[in-house]
Amino acid sequence: MNRYSAFSLLRGALTGHRHWQPAWRDPEPKSHYDIIIIGGGGHGLATAYYLAKVHGLKNIAVLEKGWIGGGNTGRNTTIVRSNYRLEPLHNLFEFGLKLWHGLSNELNYNVMFSPRGAMFLGHSDADMIKLAERGDAMRCDGIDADLLTRDQVAKLEPLLDMSRDARFPIQGGLIQRRGGTARHDAVAWGYARGADSLGVDIIQKCEVTGFVRDGDAVVGVETTRGRIGAGRVGICVAGHSGHVAGLAGLKLPVESQTLQAMVTEGVKPMINSVIMSQSLHCYISQSDKGGVVFGGDPDNWPSYAQRGHPMVMEGAVAQGLALVPALSRLRMVRTWSGVTDMSFDGAPIIGETPVRNLFLNGGWCYGGFKATPASGYTYAHTLATGKPHDLNAPFSLDRFERGATIDETGSGPMPNSR
Amino acid sequence: MMRIPCPHCGPRAQSEFIYERTVDSVVPLDAPSQEAMTKLFTRTNPRGVDDEIWRHTYGCRAWMILTRHRVTNEISGCRAIGPEALP
Repeated sequence: MNRYSAFSLLRGALTGHRHWQPAWRDPEPKSHYDIIIIGGGGHGLATAYYLAKVHGLKNIAVLEKGWIGGGNTGRNTTIVRSNYRLEPLHNLFEFGLKLWHGLSNELNYNVMFSPRGAMFLGHSDADMIKLAERGDAMRCDGIDADLLTRDQVAKLEPLLDMSRDARFPIQGGLIQRRGGTARHDAVAWGYARGADSLGVDIIQKCEVTGFVRDGDAVVGVETTRGRIGAGRVGICVAGHSGHVAGLAGLKLPVESQTLQAMVTEGVKPMINSVIMSQSLHCYISQSDKGGVVFGGDPDNWPSYAQRGHPMVMEGAVAQGLALVPALSRLRMVRTWSGVTDMSFDGAPIIGETPVRNLFLNGGWCYGGFKATPASGYTYAHTLATGKPHDLNAPFSLDRFERGATIDETGSGPMPNSR
Repeated sequence: MMRIPCPHCGPRAQSEFIYERTVDSVVPLDAPSQEAMTKLFTRTNPRGVDDEIWRHTYGCRAWMILTRHRVTNEISGCRAIGPEALP
């Protein structure tokens, strides 16, 4: 692998930039791999990277039906944070957040991680009590959280409507200063380049169409590019978890829904942090290119259609305009949507399945991007050892029948009410 | 956005309707615990056609079963149901 550095850029500049090479290979699939990861998104590529880097495994393939990073990795709002109330959740995401802080160096690839602060708004006394409780829970585990007064929020984000008769009056907030945003595509590309240089085969345009079984074990996959044998197979396909697990006869605690987001034309800096309101379900941040990125609720009904609905878009934008009225002057230039696998308690699933040698990483709902490094790291541990990592042990698939759900919102087994 | 053919009101905007769950995930009161668990916590979640229970919440408020394709959103059937039609 060619290391990227200021020096290599300078040398390239003097030699007509003819030094650039493809960042990863385009190999033909081999007949057998020790570990096959289905899904070449951020999570799958990170898993392959840590399998090779931390566990020293060499014979690994990532199979991707389209192109890497073309699914939900390229369809999110790029927010990175670890401000969850429940212990298993904030511990997992905090582990990820620590990896985010060193990720560009680790990968020798600029993922443009920008810890500009992730702030929840509180709109009522009840909101402020909930935010204080959440902040306390985080600080008990050593995760930073600062409760903000109304004036502090106004100072941080001068364009918020702080008037007393605002549609959504703002009483204060809770900020995680180490949270922020990152460049979504760069995360997939950085992990792909890192994994490839460690010998991982990244095979694109290769859709898994079935599993090869030997008794109760999976011993390979059928793909659009032929049959490939495998020691262990890890599913890592986000919104399509239900479909792929269904090929192995499994019925998962997930329902796939569409989550959409949108971005405005680029303008000068106007949003300093990541503004979030969980009472409304509205997420606003500004990309480094200047576009203001909006996210809202999932569509609340099952769908695999990777396109949005004006009804839901209007709801998210209406909330955003009420919070930051100046946004009304901007033009929306692009909307997109991803298929999210909404789990039945709102928490992810990482671990073994009832089928031997088949593992699952899914159920990330609409919060998978921020977890990319932690998801990859812990899933790699599980795939390499066959055992859960301490951090993903609570997120096993059998937690639902054991009554050990991790329900951050406390809304019960209804994926469409999250 | 879809237009849903309500059996009582005719075609109406989807914004008047709320999705509840799939027909096969209604838990009968006398179901054994394993079956109840499966119905409560798992879904077939097909990348194709499924029978879904919707409610015309902001209209006639009746429940109905919608047969819908989850990639194309094509609705191939919508029939009325009452409490007696549920298992």
